[in-house]
Amino acid sequence: MLDYPSLKIIWWLLVGVLLIGFAIMDGHDMGVGTLLPFVGKDDVERRIVINTVGPHWDGNQVWFITGGGAIFAAWPLVYATAFSGFYWAMLAVLWALFFRPVGFDYRSKINNPTWRATWDWGLFIGGAVPPLIFGVAFGNLFQGVPFQFADNLMSTYTGSFWGLLNPFALLCGVVSTAMITFHGAVYLMHRTEGEVYRRSQRAMLIFGGLLLATFSAAGIWLWQGIEGYAIDSVIDATALPNPLDKTVVRQAGAWLANYGHYPATMALPALAYAGTLAAMLLAVNGATLAAFVASALTIVGIIGTAGASLFPFIMPSSTDLRSSLTVWDSVSSQLTLSIMLWATVIFMPLIILYTSWAYKVMAGKVTAAYIRENEHAAY
Amino acid sequence: MLSEQLVDLSRLQFAVTALYHFLFVPLTIGMTWILVIMESVYVMTGKTIYKDMTRFWGKLFGINFALGVTTGITMEFQFGTNWAYYSHYVGDIFGAPLAIEGLMAFFLESTFIGLFFFGWDRLSRKQHLLVTILMAVGTNLSALWILIANGWMQNPVGAEFSYITMRMEMVDFWAVLFNPDAQAKFVHTVSAGYVTGAMFVLSISAFYLLHGRDVEFAKKSFRIAAAFGFASICSVIVLGDESGYTVGEAQQTKLAAMEAMWETEPAPAGFNLIAIPNEAEMKNDFAIEIPWVMGIIGTRSLDKQIPGIREIREKNRERIVSGMEAVTALEALRKNPADAAMKAEFEAHKADLGFGLLLKKYVTNLQDVTPEIIEKAVADTIPRVTPLFWSFRLMVAFGFLMLALFGAALWTSVKGNFADKPWLLRAALWMLPLPWLSCELGWFVAEYGRQPWTIYGVLPTHLSVSTQSVGSLYGSLAGFVGFYTVLLIVEMYLMTKFAKQGPGSLGTGRYAHETAHA
Repeated sequence: MLDYPSLKIIWWLLVGVLLIGFAIMDGHDMGVGTLLPFVGKDDVERRIVINTVGPHWDGNQVWFITGGGAIFAAWPLVYATAFSGFYWAMLAVLWALFFRPVGFDYRSKINNPTWRATWDWGLFIGGAVPPLIFGVAFGNLFQGVPFQFADNLMSTYTGSFWGLLNPFALLCGVVSTAMITFHGAVYLMHRTEGEVYRRSQRAMLIFGGLLLATFSAAGIWLWQGIEGYAIDSVIDATALPNPLDKTVVRQAGAWLANYGHYPATMALPALAYAGTLAAMLLAVNGATLAAFVASALTIVGIIGTAGASLFPFIMPSSTDLRSSLTVWDSVSSQLTLSIMLWATVIFMPLIILYTSWAYKVMAGKVTAAYIRENEHAAY
Repeated sequence: MLSEQLVDLSRLQFAVTALYHFLFVPLTIGMTWILVIMESVYVMTGKTIYKDMTRFWGKLFGINFALGVTTGITMEFQFGTNWAYYSHYVGDIFGAPLAIEGLMAFFLESTFIGLFFFGWDRLSRKQHLLVTILMAVGTNLSALWILIANGWMQNPVGAEFSYITMRMEMVDFWAVLFNPDAQAKFVHTVSAGYVTGAMFVLSISAFYLLHGRDVEFAKKSFRIAAAFGFASICSVIVLGDESGYTVGEAQQTKLAAMEAMWETEPAPAGFNLIAIPNEAEMKNDFAIEIPWVMGIIGTRSLDKQIPGIREIREKNRERIVSGMEAVTALEALRKNPADAAMKAEFEAHKADLGFGLLLKKYVTNLQDVTPEIIEKAVADTIPRVTPLFWSFRLMVAFGFLMLALFGAALWTSVKGNFADKPWLLRAALWMLPLPWLSCELGWFVAEYGRQPWTIYGVLPTHLSVSTQSVGSLYGSLAGFVGFYTVLLIVEMYLMTKFAKQGPGSLGTGRYAHETAHA
């Protein structure tokens, strides 16, 4: 069994990998859902858009479910505190997600324009709302979340839902939505042709530009206007986790301190810019598969930037600083982290393998002819 | 102290969303194997009709599956949103099977379900069959991990409490994995799912036969459902959950409550076929008893005793008193972890910590505990008998009704004359709701019977909730009920529409009702 401090760091990285996997895989489905009403003008076009992700959205959504399960297993206190504290935000995500399975599966089973249009907007909600709220949630993590632990580690959240919707958090929400929609637009270009391709290209350029602008703005705001958090007691990384066993202070510029301590981490924001620009350039030139890889790297860069800035914090508390949750004191036992690591090491390569096979089987452009031939079977 | 209203509403919301989710899960579990059987026959014989069967029943399976996925995400969210202290307190053990379920099972099921629907023209016959098999394997493995998590709630093995982290921590993963309670539950629950799938196909096929349409298609489907259903219902009954009831105290308490066994009887105990339990006086006002049966089913022996409710209560009283010491020592240790005397005191009573926590429903500070409060806590340790007693009997009665139906269906299938027996076809049609009712009743017996605990003997339900406002709970509960009602209407509309239309909905030109468009 690996030592406890290493496992704590590995699980911080693995949760990051799962979140990034979720954003890349489920993210492009959500981007496609967000763009659906705009890039598909008639029923055949909309069915083309839906069927680019039809065979895959379900498997991709498991990244989300597994990510949630992994946070539960590896960081139980984070799972408990974040899900209960962000109660209404989480329910909004959940209820938005309701529209996806039924939207995909039920939409084309009834040949009625109102029925189909309703589910199209349902798929839009299921695609646009979750990334927006996750971005808003990340924006709030940087500002601290109003919660505290009692002696028995029962957490109480003292904020309100509306308090989450502050300007910086909303900006982060736009960054996240732009990132996911951009990624979805690149994917659509790869899988479609004709008018849908052209409209997707326009969307790709708009959201790519928006992403670069808002990501930069959020960075400057974080540097100039947001007070960060820092641990000012000595951390014993081998200790059994107890969040109340430390002291924390607020410091201007603390969120950028890691880039000074570990200059290599500056590669992450650089990757976000390089990935976006490369994806835009490649996509415009028709190299859509390479563009998709580049926009996936953008996601690695952006989520990596957020994680590296926060490290070692996961969820700082604004009302009771020492209650803040960090990679050192929110984790499961050494045994559980170790078992979960083995499970991930064994199954993750298999998942990537059979997911790739599924994409390979379904590869190629989704065309109007395909939809006509599969009138009854396609979504 | 957490308000009782908050606890009740959190429980109600969990029960509503779990029972609703469980309307879709058993059918998914059962249908996957039925699809595997149909498609295997297609691959072996090359007869197109079996491919059409796989596709048509697969279509109905898909409509059901969509809601299973939708409502399943709710379950994963809800431990965090509404059961935060539970999630913290046992996440170290409970979270792992959920995460492994995702990695090992749900990815497999969900990836291959896409290829199942969209891969017909892009895969060879054998490849597609492999896809269907992997989908079925994923679905069933998914059930396994969820039931390992649930089994641990009933019989929490392989874990110990740590006063530093203030939670249960895993010490033996293999004990959690091979928890006999989880294994018994798994077999029972997936078999119930197989019965549900079989009943679904049997009933709808009977409907076509009664209307004399798509006869070949319906006959072939009926036969498969009859054979698969008969094997499954035998498995449900013979390998019933009973086999798990001798394991651990939680199950003994549940068993005593659902059998309305107030006294410990000499072995082998009798089985109360019908009784009118009187909870206040702890006796049955009326009972028809079959001698020996309970002892034999419950212990698989003639000489092992099954403890009655009174005996269990007496033991629990001792544990509550000892648990008080554990809670008091723990609270002192949280303030001063170096206190050696308190540590010794805590270690001595640690096993009863959960029982001490039962008192937190009534007092914040255990110094305020009175003998009356202890009595209340003792009474709390036994779930209400009447609803358990009747739910269990109803479930069993439905099980035997289905055994009779599948027996007759199999017998006439072998003889080849079921299509000429309208009474049988009508019985098959009318019994369609029975597996769903049985599954819901079974869920109720298992989970209501675990009260007052979320984790038996470890964490009381009233301590497990998130600190939400009562208003939030009313709001979210109303939201769930609203969404779920609309979704159910939509699902039932589509399911009925396509079931009525039949295989014509595939648009192959080989069946009745082809004109209606999908």
